Amino acid sequence: MSDGHEHHGHSHEGVVSGAEGGYYAHRIRAMEALLVEKGVVTRDEVRRQIEYMESRTPANGARIGALAWTNPEYKSLLLSDTKAAALEMGVDASGPVEFTTVENTPEIHNLIVCTLCSCYPRAILGRPPDWYKSFDYRSRAVKEPRAVMREFGYEPPESVRVAVHDSSADLRYMVLPMRPPGTEGMGEEQLAALVTRDSLVGVTVPQSE
Amino acid sequence: MSARLAPGDRVRVREEQKLGHVRTPDYVKGKPGVVAARLGEFRNPEDLAYGGDGLPEKPLYKIGFAQADLWSDYDGSPNDILYIDIYEHWLEHVGEDA
Repeated sequence: MSDGHEHHGHSHEGVVSGAEGGYYAHRIRAMEALLVEKGVVTRDEVRRQIEYMESRTPANGARIGALAWTNPEYKSLLLSDTKAAALEMGVDASGPVEFTTVENTPEIHNLIVCTLCSCYPRAILGRPPDWYKSFDYRSRAVKEPRAVMREFGYEPPESVRVAVHDSSADLRYMVLPMRPPGTEGMGEEQLAALVTRDSLVGVTVPQSE
Repeated sequence: MSARLAPGDRVRVREEQKLGHVRTPDYVKGKPGVVAARLGEFRNPEDLAYGGDGLPEKPLYKIGFAQADLWSDYDGSPNDILYIDIYEHWLEHVGEDA
């Protein structure tokens, strides 16, 4: 470290991610140490789980969305069985949690929130953005979704019904945005670049530049 | 335990205050909604979170609420809707097809 931090002769326990963190980082490491000591989990299992989570990114959702835009059969699979559709793209989202994809249409715009904590389709998209976990987003997305979207730069017309999904229980939600006009000639890769993380949560919609 | 409610049923969320890992947020308690879908049966998180087995499984429903029914000062479109997933033991059946 080149920040002038002084090491005053104490012994280091090896490289620990987040070792400089605050109260919660200390607490979680203490809990991890106890769980390891009691034989509930091994450090290797913890590391593998972190790697599993870190390997999930919004790029998965972008590929899934782009394929759904170009392949009607895949789209119907995505809307009826999101886990199976994810697996077809090499994304293993198996586990007790269910996944649902809600489709934006000219009549309805969907927005995802978890008011109670930060439920998010992590097995597909990875960790949620920090704002998704903020008290501000969690409390306002259910009460004034249109104002929240406006702050993200999107304003659905008054005639469009805004449907907020509060993922409070055993299902995790993802939005399939509408394919923007002017993208007719685009290939899957180009289309995937339009499907942003925020559009998969529903706070914005894809822009065709 | 099989699902007693069906899509279209009118329900009201119980007012009960309960501590613990309750997945029914306060803002829907006492509010009228409509069953949008049956979502299957899941282990009860209120028990599962504290080392229990969460059994018997509880039927879970997607419930739709008119935003105007949730917030008296809602200023979006009157058609705007909020969906939330609620376990059966938090729902009172108030009538058939809405």
